[in-house]
Amino acid sequence: MTVVETFRREARAWVRENAPRSLWGASAAGPFDGFWGGRRHPAVAEDVLRWRDLACEKGWSAPDWPKEYGGGGLPRELGRIVHDEMRAIGVPRPVAGQGIAMLGPILLTYGSPQQKQAHIPPIVRGEIRWCQGYSEPNAGSDLANVELRAERDGEHWILNGQKVWTSHAHLADWIYCLVRSDPNAPKKQEGISFLLVDMASPGVTVRRIDLISGFSPFCETFFDDVRVPGENLVGQPNRGWTIAKALLAHERSSIGRSIARQPGSAQEELVRRARKHLVAPTGALPDPLLRDEVAALGMREEALHLTLARIRQSAESGSPGHEGSIAKVVATELKQWRFEIGMQTAGLEGLGWEGPGFDEEDLQYTRDWLRSRANTIEGGSSEIQLNIIAKRVLGLPDGNQ
Amino acid sequence: MSGRGNPDWLLLDEQQQMLRKTAESFVVRNAPVGRLRRFRDDRSSGGFARELWREMAELGWLGLQIPELYGGAGLGFFDLCVLMEASGRELMPEPFVSTLLLGAQMLLLGGTDEQKAALLPGVITGDTLLAVGYEERGGRGGISKPITSARETSDGFVLRGEKVQVLDAHFANRFLVSARTGDTSAGAPHFSLFLVDPNDPRVAIERQHRIDEQNCAIVRLDDVSVGREGLVGELHEGARLLERVLDRARVGLAAHMLGASERAFERTVEYLKEREQFGVPIGSFQALQHRASRLFIEIALTRSTVSAAARAIDKGSDEVDALASLAKAIASETFMQVAKEAVQMHGGIGVTDEHDIGFYIKRAQATYVSFGDPSFHRRRWATLHGY
Repeated sequence: MTVVETFRREARAWVRENAPRSLWGASAAGPFDGFWGGRRHPAVAEDVLRWRDLACEKGWSAPDWPKEYGGGGLPRELGRIVHDEMRAIGVPRPVAGQGIAMLGPILLTYGSPQQKQAHIPPIVRGEIRWCQGYSEPNAGSDLANVELRAERDGEHWILNGQKVWTSHAHLADWIYCLVRSDPNAPKKQEGISFLLVDMASPGVTVRRIDLISGFSPFCETFFDDVRVPGENLVGQPNRGWTIAKALLAHERSSIGRSIARQPGSAQEELVRRARKHLVAPTGALPDPLLRDEVAALGMREEALHLTLARIRQSAESGSPGHEGSIAKVVATELKQWRFEIGMQTAGLEGLGWEGPGFDEEDLQYTRDWLRSRANTIEGGSSEIQLNIIAKRVLGLPDGNQ
Repeated sequence: MSGRGNPDWLLLDEQQQMLRKTAESFVVRNAPVGRLRRFRDDRSSGGFARELWREMAELGWLGLQIPELYGGAGLGFFDLCVLMEASGRELMPEPFVSTLLLGAQMLLLGGTDEQKAALLPGVITGDTLLAVGYEERGGRGGISKPITSARETSDGFVLRGEKVQVLDAHFANRFLVSARTGDTSAGAPHFSLFLVDPNDPRVAIERQHRIDEQNCAIVRLDDVSVGREGLVGELHEGARLLERVLDRARVGLAAHMLGASERAFERTVEYLKEREQFGVPIGSFQALQHRASRLFIEIALTRSTVSAAARAIDKGSDEVDALASLAKAIASETFMQVAKEAVQMHGGIGVTDEHDIGFYIKRAQATYVSFGDPSFHRRRWATLHGY
């Protein structure tokens, strides 16, 4: 038996022994599904905390992070197996969210020893919840246009301005921000710094954003003469863009992966929905056009899963291809398509916003359909992804767009 | 686990990468797509290059996936797909599909030891070309109900009927044809598969000409006698065997379409970088960049499905049928989309016979409707998934 196989066996045994029964089947959706933690985390089941504690004890909330910061110290390949085994029984990540999925890997690469020591252990244990301060009203797809001003004042930075789409900012303890530290840099990208900011600092305020789907975790975050210690700068001043880009690449691939890993297949869900709304409990679906479209979606879903497997294998064998850039586009569009078919299947029964006459499942489905419209916008719109493929992969020339 | 040891591995190992490289450069050097113009305009050319076929035999490619017992290399269907993909890049009209995908697979899956020993060594050396007749006039791919019949006699069968668009029939050394057998009065008729000698005086062959320069012919069987030894597979059980053979052909053809899609796409991206209008390369226009990126995505998805289906064949998975349908449907849609966009992005020159890109859209249509079009495969997929 190879080392990998032996380890898989151990990991499987450990996960099945330690994951509380009540969490089995509760999730399978990757690094954003699980305990988000933080000082102000909402009440969660006792078992969620127990699972967090057991995993942290073993270092398996971040299995491939260094042991000195509370990780498991495993090589990447084995770390992935731990997550595979959790996913296999639908157990959520012991610790999830922005800190562990996004900021942690960045700090491990770019952070100073003091920053790692200060910030990574609380991330690993889910004690501090992070949110992302990237987008601004005038910096969406053109992210390098960030204007949140950061001025030096002795040992401190003084922040003034606004971030938007700061998901879960209302519950976050800290925010990592792209700030404009040099407004006169010849290239916009060269005047940006990467700062860590305590949300409890005086002058930080948060406002919730409702989406077309209603309630959402999105927020706006305002900075009014917020003082940030100089030690919270990651990397060099005005060199934050490199860090930002690394983080975005990470975000792209993990959005694609996590959507594709959601439990159950889209095809199965649509067939179930079609059977319910068309009152066709068994056999071939009675509407041949719907049947054809569900099959087309099912095929694309399978093609995406196979492609993600192929990308993973390329990465393992040390020759990562360019296919990583496609995951986000395909996964998000597939998700939208799935909800579109599901909505057409429901007809009038899918029009409920709330209240009587609609069943719970349909109400939620309709909200999810509306929410899915954001999938091709957030985390780098589909158009931005297509630009990336055109320029970096196909080598097509820049133009005046 | 990685490489050959892992049946779910979707990448090429080193040996396969080498094969791919060698095959691609062989194809570019010896079989540029412009050859198709000559095959089309000079009908005496026979429609393919026999010497090229022999060269490939010498390189060991024709017997890649045929067991060593018959003189082959005994590699997997996955390896054969590497070759099929290379053949697709320049739309080679040589008898890959007829002989390697249909004929040889039918013998491998259903042939007797004698039949295999008699024919497979010749396939490997390039001397034996096979043609499989299962399509009939007006059949629209409804291969399960052949009109061609095989009447059982005391020492064999007498075949009567007509097969159309039989790939490479006008130069094949041996035919394999489907014909009804047994009682056909009740329910779906049974059929069986038979070896037929093209030189039998009761066989008439009439060459057909298709848009895509894939060679084919009408085969008329006018009471052709076939001995019992000419039966391939079980009597009356031809449907199951043919379906298994077609699944392999679907995957192999999907690999060919993948190679064709990728090459047409490469040519188009090159053109986008060269061609200038309004004083700049047209590839700098975002409207075209995004469409090109979309094609890149579709090709990547297609590659995954073809690899997975080929692996499934090699590991004897019970998902071969679903994955073959997946690969064929996706490859068909991708190739068609790439070919249409390739012509459009080439502009006026793209619709001239002088430019090679037009060959790709012709092959795209021909492969789209062969072995079941995407809507056929979606229906099959739905049935296999219980809806």
